Amino acid sequence: MTMQSESRDPLLSVRDLRTWFHTFSGVVKAVNDVSFDLAQGEIMGLVGESGGGKSVVGFSILGLIDPPGRIEGGQILLDGEDLAKAPEDRLRKIRGREIAMIFQDPMTSLNPVHTIGRQMDEMLRLHTDMDEAARRRRCIEMLESVGISQAEDRLRAYPHQFSGGMRQRVVIAIAMLAHPRLIIADEPTTALDVTIQSQILKLMKRQVADHGASMILVTHDLAVVSEVVDKITVLYCGQVVERGDVRDVISAPSHPYTRGLIDSIPNPDHRQPRLSQIPGTVPDIRNLPKGCNFRDRCPRAQALCAQEEPKLAPTRQSLFAACHFPIGTGGDA
Amino acid sequence: MMQAFLASQFFFNWRRNLSAIIGSVIIAIFIVIVAFGPLMVAQDPYDLTQLNLLDSYKPPVWLPGGDPRYLLGTDGQGRDVLASIIYGTRVSALIGIAAMLCSCLIGTSLGLLAGFYGGRLDAIIMRIADLQLSFPSMLIALFLMSAVGTGVDKVLIALTAVGWVVYARTVRGSTLGEIEKEYVQAARVAGLTNAKIIRRHVLPNVLTPLIVIATVQVGTFILIEASLSFLGVGVPITQPSLGLLIKNGFDVLFSGLWWTSVFPGLMIMAMVFGINLFGDFLRDELNPRLK
Amino acid sequence: MFAYTVKRLIQMVVVLWAVSVIVFLMMSFTGDPVFMVIPIDSSDAEIEQARRILGLDRSLTEQYFIFLGNLLQGDFGTSYVFRQPAIDLILERLPATMEIVVVAMVIATTIAIPLGVYAGANPGKPLSRLIMSGSLLGISLPGFWVGMMLIYFFAVEWRIFPSSGRGDTVEVFGVPTSLLTADGWSHVLLPAITLSVGTLAILLRITRAGMMEVSRQDYMKFARAKGVSRRGVLYGHGLRNGLIPVVTIFGLQLGDLIAFATITETIFGWPGMGKLLVDSIYRADRPVIVVYLMLVALIFVVINFLIDILYTMIDPRITVK
Repeated sequence: MTMQSESRDPLLSVRDLRTWFHTFSGVVKAVNDVSFDLAQGEIMGLVGESGGGKSVVGFSILGLIDPPGRIEGGQILLDGEDLAKAPEDRLRKIRGREIAMIFQDPMTSLNPVHTIGRQMDEMLRLHTDMDEAARRRRCIEMLESVGISQAEDRLRAYPHQFSGGMRQRVVIAIAMLAHPRLIIADEPTTALDVTIQSQILKLMKRQVADHGASMILVTHDLAVVSEVVDKITVLYCGQVVERGDVRDVISAPSHPYTRGLIDSIPNPDHRQPRLSQIPGTVPDIRNLPKGCNFRDRCPRAQALCAQEEPKLAPTRQSLFAACHFPIGTGGDA
Repeated sequence: MMQAFLASQFFFNWRRNLSAIIGSVIIAIFIVIVAFGPLMVAQDPYDLTQLNLLDSYKPPVWLPGGDPRYLLGTDGQGRDVLASIIYGTRVSALIGIAAMLCSCLIGTSLGLLAGFYGGRLDAIIMRIADLQLSFPSMLIALFLMSAVGTGVDKVLIALTAVGWVVYARTVRGSTLGEIEKEYVQAARVAGLTNAKIIRRHVLPNVLTPLIVIATVQVGTFILIEASLSFLGVGVPITQPSLGLLIKNGFDVLFSGLWWTSVFPGLMIMAMVFGINLFGDFLRDELNPRLK
Repeated sequence: MFAYTVKRLIQMVVVLWAVSVIVFLMMSFTGDPVFMVIPIDSSDAEIEQARRILGLDRSLTEQYFIFLGNLLQGDFGTSYVFRQPAIDLILERLPATMEIVVVAMVIATTIAIPLGVYAGANPGKPLSRLIMSGSLLGISLPGFWVGMMLIYFFAVEWRIFPSSGRGDTVEVFGVPTSLLTADGWSHVLLPAITLSVGTLAILLRITRAGMMEVSRQDYMKFARAKGVSRRGVLYGHGLRNGLIPVVTIFGLQLGDLIAFATITETIFGWPGMGKLLVDSIYRADRPVIVVYLMLVALIFVVINFLIDILYTMIDPRITVK
């Protein structure tokens, strides 16, 4: 990848990342040659169906891939430092301090036997020199800033005493505590009630903006992304199939897979004739066919798609797509 | 049938699991011993005419003074240790298996009744089960044996009395789950009798978890029976199990005559270890949640 | 909390009552104890008289209520053999039994938990496999045989430890203990190790299973994403959650230890209540057996109660109701 789509210097630059899982039944190439850039203050949506390797990208950046998984190649440059090659004790200082992560299910991402206060305090103890009183003040401040009242009392409470939405607020507070520069949010609203999803998203966006941080929002839900992010990267079978600014991607995507994802959003604003679903299922990632991985489910597939793997290339406006016959380049309705 | 088994996931995993293979081999060896044991040894250790007091306390064959006729030595009456171990293994194993079958039969029946009919019957059965579970099986068995006296049949009763509970609780639990399901409801609407519903629809679906319990229980029972017999409240001296052999050997251990107690102990260990190895594998295969 | 305690106390009384009924019924079927107390050549009249004195001529229900009445008054009967109150005999021997039970529990716990945590945290490593095979062997061993082997090697062959008896004791608050003398310890160790084998293996396996279950939890990964070290996550976040199932079976294991102390004490000639029970079973000394069972039942219900309290301390999600 030689093209540099950003004018600003990127905070994070992922280059040809490969994270593979060596299972008994074969090698799962969960992330295969993925590249993207993220500038300071930018929010990127990482989108795809479940099993598409989105979460693995997040865990790879933090160096939290456990066996049988392994980063096989590529670079993860944070301010020029390659995290893919960083030793564990260096990564430990980066986790939480430089890059924080928000998990999918707030019901399970907090330790049930420790108080909220202890779990918040742990972050500050690890990454700052603050004394106990200062850490406590910071925790209370942080809880208040994510909209939790009576923060002082809440520090003594246990996770099970909070609702799901409240817990996710706590998780966000923990993530923001040490002023990280990058937040990786892995499906942060999927497990929540629809009614609080957008509250949480707004909260995250505001927090990220207040701290001047960047964020990668990993999700399968394009509707969620479009409200929050600046740009989108779409993954399919562990590979980037399309990326570009959010407006371009949502209004007129050039990859048929992205089109399919957008058409399956149940939203009257899009005025599509009917709600459609992408036919078929994700192919067995251990045993990918030659050519384009999406061709069996693609309405535009032609003979070439079975022979040659498409490369990511510019299509229109800010868009890059890995497709031999991208939408909007003639030949389509 | 055989072809289907060989192609199954179960067999596939079995072949890759060393512990499972070792466990199966040990179990197979013991099945052979139990089935054909008496044919494998020259002496019937309980036929007094075949015993020769002059041969008493011979050490194992590899020690000075060992007699090639007695591989593992002899006891105080000139009885071949190997032969008595093989006879003892049969007693131990058969008691373990028979007690498991009785426990399974009674426990499953009570569990089905409790789960299917509920109400007072359920309450009574489950209270008894709860009460019993708060006491160690060993103590209950010991107490029962002290009440009913020694004998193979008595040991079976005592083991069954402590063993049924685990089946009853498991079966009751899965029965409650099954009768909620639509096919049972449909069978009821179709007018099948309760007995038929239980036999055709509920029973087959609650049996799988019992396989693991039953396997491991045989090992547990062998150990409990050995303990009871060691204390002298288990099998009678005319039908010694491995536990009783160890007890007999204990009396002469202080004189350094170790072989009469060491080998029966190793035999129990090998047998129960094999069963547990295989049971562990079964648990992983059949109840993945319990891993 | 108060309501809970009261409720639990009532439950305990019900359990103890149920045990008294069962014990009484079972004892009534164990043959006629009258022959245990009278000379073998007694006349019929003498037998009848002995029966009356023992209250054996009354109906079963009557006998039970007399039995229950006596229990409630603290009269647990007199040993046929020792001609002493059975409760005194048992209580006299209780400290010796608790001594090996407690030492065995300490041995089992201190070895089982670190090994179980290691095996649970590093599944697949050679050492973990070794630990797991060892623990499987541990639950496959007859405990009494282990004791005999220990006697054979340590007492008969190498003469490091004595093979039986209790050794020197010191009184602490009126309770004799051998844990304060070197000679006492040399007597305690072998029986305690023997007793600990099965419990050690089971605690180890439960700890491992708990840790493996916990390692899969999101909060473990979340803690690592916060920058906590692998070790810190394991002990700071995993251990307490992983130990919840261990607490559950801790009570049961304590019960098992008391039960298996009967055999261990018999092998090592340890003067505890377990050996007394076995001796009393041989001699059909009914009152002693009854008191033993009632006392053990009491110990179990108290242990279970304490375990429930411990539960609420270790897992904030559980509250007593």
